[in-house]
Amino acid sequence: MTTYLDFEKPIAELEGKIAELRHLPNSGDVDIAEEVMRLQDKAHKQIRATYAKLTPWQRVQVARHAERPHAQAYIDRLITDYTPLAGDRAFGEDAAIVGGMGRLQGRSIVVLGQQKGDDTESRIKHNFGMARPEGYRKAQRLMRLADRFKLPVLTLVDTPGAYPGIEAEARGQAEAIASSIETCLGLGVPLVSVVIGEGGSGGALAIASSDRVYMLENSVYSVITPEGCASILWRNNANAQDAAEAMKVTAADLKKLDVIDEVIPEPMGGAHRAPDETIDVVGRVVGEAIAELAKLDGDTLRQRRQDKFLAMGKKGL
Amino acid sequence: MNWLTNFVRPKLRALVARKETPDNLWVKCPKCEQMLFTRDWEANQEVCNHCGHHMRLRPLKRLPHLFDEGKYELHPLPRVNADPLKFRDTKRYDARLKEAQAKAEGTTDALVVASGLMGSRLSIVALLDFGFMGGSMGTAVGEGLVMAADLAVARKAPLIVFSASGGARMQEGILSLMQLTRTTIAVRKVKEAGLPYIVVLTDPTTGGVSASFAMLGDVHIAEPDAIIGFAGPRVIQDTIRQELPPGFQRSEYLLEHGMVDAVVHRHKLRETLIRMVSLFMDPLVVDNRPLAVTSSR
Repeated sequence: MTTYLDFEKPIAELEGKIAELRHLPNSGDVDIAEEVMRLQDKAHKQIRATYAKLTPWQRVQVARHAERPHAQAYIDRLITDYTPLAGDRAFGEDAAIVGGMGRLQGRSIVVLGQQKGDDTESRIKHNFGMARPEGYRKAQRLMRLADRFKLPVLTLVDTPGAYPGIEAEARGQAEAIASSIETCLGLGVPLVSVVIGEGGSGGALAIASSDRVYMLENSVYSVITPEGCASILWRNNANAQDAAEAMKVTAADLKKLDVIDEVIPEPMGGAHRAPDETIDVVGRVVGEAIAELAKLDGDTLRQRRQDKFLAMGKKGL
Repeated sequence: MNWLTNFVRPKLRALVARKETPDNLWVKCPKCEQMLFTRDWEANQEVCNHCGHHMRLRPLKRLPHLFDEGKYELHPLPRVNADPLKFRDTKRYDARLKEAQAKAEGTTDALVVASGLMGSRLSIVALLDFGFMGGSMGTAVGEGLVMAADLAVARKAPLIVFSASGGARMQEGILSLMQLTRTTIAVRKVKEAGLPYIVVLTDPTTGGVSASFAMLGDVHIAEPDAIIGFAGPRVIQDTIRQELPPGFQRSEYLLEHGMVDAVVHRHKLRETLIRMVSLFMDPLVVDNRPLAVTSSR
């Protein structure tokens, strides 16, 4: 069953009515069939109208939608011969970051993604996509492995942020993120990232200091959650909407700032309404990017990656 | 006029006025609450003369204690797009920034870059200023660190960074986050040139600064009792709803957990830095000590 967001109430009402009519005993009735068609058309138009003018805060909600496809869904659909790899070889295995080897359109790659989980049990297992230091160290291990075998790396970003906890601090969360960024920058192989949901601060950037960074149309990427920003700058996290607006967290704004390379459009009504279609579009875009980047040698890749980030900040809104 | 107006009144005034001046004359140690004579405290590099507590030392106060004969040159930060998002919370960001600059007396953002001789060797020093908008890192700080790295590489000098920051500057949104990558690029340039990159972590170093250049040093030194970590203590407490262990995220805790090489008293920093850099950069020095006499049998 679809979970509707606050602002989707009119859509929920229409789709509710459609479901009711469909469950009527005499649903073979021509009048009812026509009414269903009419309502479906109306719902369609309502979705289109709503999603054509989402506010930044509404996009934050879409980006966090529980039914939005998560990293594992992308891996399952896009990667053949998927071979998961585990552990940081130092402390443990962190299920908040899943990854391994496999083939994208026939090409052997290393894939990594923050996995939020799809139900309560898996959300807890994956810690809601909030990685601990061992997660970032595992990411580094897999990136280095890719470098050694000259395999491109694909990272799928979807996290509220790195996990803030006592043990995470004790094991050096800050160092784990910092060295993960350093590892990204040192790679001599193509590194392509897609923000598929939430790009939460350093925890996201740790695996996204990349040659190409794409964002799905309704994903968000920010230095701090809107709630966090609001509680610091407005001293009230009820101002999260204002913070989402002021911080410029949407894909379209980040493209204008040249912080990301491209926005990947989502099916009407958001990725959660058509997960397979969304994933296929992402697959096509990253496949092309990797094929293009694979022609460049390691030094060129590193140099261009570095130049891209150094050029950021010159352009404002 | 009599002695009352000429003599007693000024004395009375002085008595009253004195109540308004102790701010300048005396400083209270936040740790032991001892009142310290400002002049003594400043001469002591703002370390409590009583309990040894290291208070937050701003860059311009620290610089004279680092370089030979206290002589150094300041390098102004590159000009940047100051308010790229036209950010506004309860106040406009450009107004906040101007206010901070007006109070800062000469520095333009939360970073100061200086060069000078340390142990007769040209050294580049970049210091974050917690007194400037919480030492927060935006484009100007990032650009300043890139400049400092480029200076170090061009002059074949070591780069020493003093960190003090609450994290990324939210008012620059995603561009402040991108400084994590940009400053890491700066660090890589120094490392690739084979030059030492030393970080001195001071109170406090958290958020985006700790998650980038501040944790990537060849060597990490921490001042005693500084708060160093990724998430701030309050965020952690709100998340886990547990008491934090005593000493959590303090320098000594980081030393114990393998995140820093040494906790060094502020008075020993200069000599420690000079010795470390020399060990990296002067692989062989003349050892003038007489050879130990070995007894035959």
